[in-house]
Amino acid sequence: MAPRRARTWVALIVTWIVRIVFAVILGFPFYWMLITTFKRTSDLYNLDNNPFIFNERPTLEHLRLLFTETLFLRWVGNTVFAGAVVVLITLLLAVPAAYALARLTGGWGAQLGIGIFLTYLVPSTLLFIPLSRVISLLGLQDSLWSVIVVYPSFTIPFSTWLLMGFFKSIPRDLEDAAMVDGLSRWGAFVKLMIPMSTSGILTVVIFAFTLVTQEFVYALTFISTAAHSTVGVGVPTFLVRGDVFYWGSLMAACLITSLPIGVLYNTFLDRFIEGFTVGAVK
Amino acid sequence: MRQQRWLGPAMFIPAILYIVILVGVPFVMAFVYSVGDVKVGSEGYHFVGLHNFASVLKSPTFLLAVRNSFIFTISSQILVLIGATMLSMALQEAFPGRRFFRFLILLPWVAPVSIGSIGWKWILDSLYSVINWVLVRVHLVKQFEAPVWLGEPKLAMISVILVHTWHMLPFATVILLAGLTAIPKDIVEAAAVDGAGFFRTRFQIILPMMLPIINVAVLFGAIFTFTDMTVIYILTRGGPYDSTQVLPSLAFFTGILGSDLAEGAAISIFLVPLLVIAAWLVLRSAHRAEVT
Repeated sequence: MAPRRARTWVALIVTWIVRIVFAVILGFPFYWMLITTFKRTSDLYNLDNNPFIFNERPTLEHLRLLFTETLFLRWVGNTVFAGAVVVLITLLLAVPAAYALARLTGGWGAQLGIGIFLTYLVPSTLLFIPLSRVISLLGLQDSLWSVIVVYPSFTIPFSTWLLMGFFKSIPRDLEDAAMVDGLSRWGAFVKLMIPMSTSGILTVVIFAFTLVTQEFVYALTFISTAAHSTVGVGVPTFLVRGDVFYWGSLMAACLITSLPIGVLYNTFLDRFIEGFTVGAVK
Repeated sequence: MRQQRWLGPAMFIPAILYIVILVGVPFVMAFVYSVGDVKVGSEGYHFVGLHNFASVLKSPTFLLAVRNSFIFTISSQILVLIGATMLSMALQEAFPGRRFFRFLILLPWVAPVSIGSIGWKWILDSLYSVINWVLVRVHLVKQFEAPVWLGEPKLAMISVILVHTWHMLPFATVILLAGLTAIPKDIVEAAAVDGAGFFRTRFQIILPMMLPIINVAVLFGAIFTFTDMTVIYILTRGGPYDSTQVLPSLAFFTGILGSDLAEGAAISIFLVPLLVIAAWLVLRSAHRAEVT
């Protein structure tokens, strides 16, 4: 059995090398944001210094600048507000739609569900030109409301698709029993199905919210005033003054934005992936 | 029971209307614009036939953008595929710290891509690039001959491809992980009993069984790459000399910043053929799922 054991060792070592190499490459930019955030400017721009370590004492100056002299907090506020309204619109429209398509419409409900999912694939870079006209007709140009109106057009399709799967997994007998006991169909939906799908609905809340924080193209197209911007567009475009990059503050903003969204998204990612893999994983 | 007949439609029609108005209508408008003469601030609409397409097809920038779009999409998807296959196999089994590794590896996908790209812009800075610092220290290049990553056409293309790969790799990895967990353990164990080694098990048994899920990962990855402009917009704005200009970014610069809505729309219409193929593939796999 000696060669067998040697083989297991090789396998183990190869596997760990792959894990560590990828973790270092994929995680490096975030380490770089972290170290840049706390480095003194004189340390950052000295080519003789080893950039991987602190050559001078760390500083909070970049954070102070970010929070007191830029619109960063305003952008965070805008994003949270837009995210909350988009989540609300998404839930109001997607939850009933998903239930109806999963339960009340028979075979063609499933077809319609796939049709709705397909609209998720229509990219913003195809729609942004006509939508910019629609937005100005609605008088929403350069307003945060422009993205609030447009974002549900991609959060609703994905959420409906996810929730359809969720509702289908709940046994029909439960509703039938409730309806025999005197609840109407609508009553069964509101009093039975919604409480039973809390985790599915929570998933949709997180996704709609994170998709809003990640969106770039629409926000870049519709909003041109710095104060109305979201964090995803504000940080990379308005935090740069002229040609001057304030790298310390910029990286601080990147880190502060990435980590919470990353943690939030990570918690529910498996459900999101289920949405894509339906049909391929059995 | 009578109320049921209208209850169903009443529950799904609002959602469908929202999507029709904000996806369906603009989708049709994109086609209408592409054969018209609309500019920002212009009034009225005149049909101009294929004029916009003719002028787009004559433009060298457009042809360059088409070529770049394919280079950008195909190269990054090949890299994503190789990386994600290796990584998903390495992450499948339980090991100490798996949750932490998973979080770290997912960050490039879950953090906003515009923000991650700005991080790379700093890493690839013309003067203070940490990569160049290392290259100089190990004497691969001299201090003042260090590569200008985002300033030279070839290097800029390589940079945007690598950064986009960095962003998409986690997405493909989790999709493949979902596929791996569906492969029955006893098949892999039986292979081990029959004497198949580590690499042989992976290449000849697991990999062929992963093919359907690899198709899914590539399908969505290719759509999200071909139609995206965020990494390129942040890192190079399509430059230098349009060497990283792709169809979506060209549509943006022409239609939105250049105010020529009609020509911008005509450029973005060239994204549609790929979408149609993708939609057909999705429908086919959904249909297969229903049959089995």
